[in-house]
Amino acid sequence: MKNSLSMEETPTAPPPTAAPLAIPSPEAIEVERLDFFYGDFHALHGVNLRVPAHQVTAFIGPSGCGKSTLLRCFNRMNDLVPGARIGGGSIRIHGTDINRPNVDPIELRKRVGMVFQKSNPFPKSIYENVIYGLRIQGRAKRSELDEVVERSLRQAALWDEVKDRLDESGLGLSGGQQQRLCIARAIAVEPEIILMDEPCSALDPIATSKVEELIFDLKKHYTIVIVTHNMQQAGRCSDLTAFFYLGRLIEMARTEKIFTNPAEKQTEDYITGRFG
Amino acid sequence: METTLPLAQTVANPFTHRRSPARLWEGAFRWAIRLGAYAVLLAAACIFLQIGIKGGQTVFTSHWPFVNVAFFTEKPSTLYVFDWQGQKLELSDPQFRAFQAKHPGVDLQPETYAHSAGGILPCIVGTALLVAGSMTIALFLGVASAIYLSEYSRPSAALRVIRLAIMNLAGVPSIVFGLFGAALFVTYFQWNVSLLAGWFTLAFMVLPVVITSSEEALKAVPQGFREASLALGATKWQTIRTNVLPYAIPGILTSSILGIARVAGETAPILFTAAYVVRDNYPWEVDKWTDFFFQPVQALPYHIYVVSSKIPQNAYTERMQYGTAFVFLGLVLLISLGSVLLRLRLREKLKW
Repeated sequence: MKNSLSMEETPTAPPPTAAPLAIPSPEAIEVERLDFFYGDFHALHGVNLRVPAHQVTAFIGPSGCGKSTLLRCFNRMNDLVPGARIGGGSIRIHGTDINRPNVDPIELRKRVGMVFQKSNPFPKSIYENVIYGLRIQGRAKRSELDEVVERSLRQAALWDEVKDRLDESGLGLSGGQQQRLCIARAIAVEPEIILMDEPCSALDPIATSKVEELIFDLKKHYTIVIVTHNMQQAGRCSDLTAFFYLGRLIEMARTEKIFTNPAEKQTEDYITGRFG
Repeated sequence: METTLPLAQTVANPFTHRRSPARLWEGAFRWAIRLGAYAVLLAAACIFLQIGIKGGQTVFTSHWPFVNVAFFTEKPSTLYVFDWQGQKLELSDPQFRAFQAKHPGVDLQPETYAHSAGGILPCIVGTALLVAGSMTIALFLGVASAIYLSEYSRPSAALRVIRLAIMNLAGVPSIVFGLFGAALFVTYFQWNVSLLAGWFTLAFMVLPVVITSSEEALKAVPQGFREASLALGATKWQTIRTNVLPYAIPGILTSSILGIARVAGETAPILFTAAYVVRDNYPWEVDKWTDFFFQPVQALPYHIYVVSSKIPQNAYTERMQYGTAFVFLGLVLLISLGSVLLRLRLREKLKW
């Protein structure tokens, strides 16, 4: 029952109008006064943040500033880290507090997909990689699989490169292709939000530009949050940028504003390369 | 005393070899460790040659089919040696009975040697059954524990106690496992001396090896596979079943190779729990299928022990000893080889 419900709520791509949400809200993610700890280490300090739907939001900041930690709170991947806990505040996704006891992280992750820093296709065929999510969610209808594979790979701008070798191992692809395969795998289950944790940090400039173009296209269908070390990348492909420093959100604004006229001195120093 | 080094002008080659204590030690030490390494080779060669040559005489024959078929297809039996029409005949128990039946009334006055004729089929079958059963149990329990320890458990005091228990279990001498099995399975559970009691005793003995190496194999699977799978909405078990366990299996098989050699080879644990000196029936000759699990078996290592120390020694028993050892070694090598090949094939398929 739960499954069919989530199917209805999932925006089938491309949605003609705004997707019907549990509580209609233009904000996909709302973070309020979030405190986060790894054991005794206070990793996030009272972060307030709103991520609008169908936009690309970039998190930037020096290493260890908490941007990846925050990203991994959005699909509760931090649950897997021993000693990690939320100390206070809330995260709402489409209006629902995702840390309430009656929220199943598995259902959450079906709707909030993730692409990792290191491309991690499974050592299975390209085809099996793409439909993995559908298979484990029990949504794999034999007749629709081919269609899903083609649509997902097309959306991930990988179809033309791999359409003749779908049966070959995903590990035989180049680094950039592997990362796009991971994106295809994430979008095959039609999530509402895609989290990207430094998706281009291991890629060469050409592969990076392909993935960046892809991110720009994907925002038509999905809300995207991207963590990046690379400020040019944030400048090129995001609509909004949030700057983090030492576990605090320093500033969040339209990307053009952050890069041309930041309100905070720390943001300006970081962007102009004076530290970090 | 001259303390300055010879100058380049006075010596043609300033880097020439010079005697010094350090150089002497270097040479001596290099030879010592080299000899140590070669001693291993020598020991291995002695063992394999001795068993190969002596055992080969029992296992192989000089005429067609060049293999002593009876040795692989018969039960051990008593050897009858006697003179008949100027010839020295060596007959096994059934052969001797047939001979007597053909020549009634003749007193043949044979010398008899226990366990020196026939073959070792029941021992081969018994060892194969013991290995198969105990490895099945050990792999099931071991892999389950390893999955729990490496995938599910969180650091806690209980976990430390479990790890300590595994480590201690690994250090228990095999004879103690034998006594434990005798006390628990044979006596307390009243399974008597049986295949089942032997299976569990041997399984508990190899469990630490299987758990430790399975855990290593599971840990070697890249974390990225787990994260990617979980991030797609998979449950923990789905993730383990589809994206962790399949890639850990080659490593788990490696560990079970070590386990197989140990299970097949240990005599002490089956001494009181599963092994009999002699059985009249083959393991498959049972009245009810449930009896299968509660029957004792003969086993290769125990048979070697019996023919080497429990019966009067002579030239005829030596043939059995070395023949059995030869077959035993061959069997263990064969199983190991099979596991290695299987592992290589799996590795080939699952590279990352």
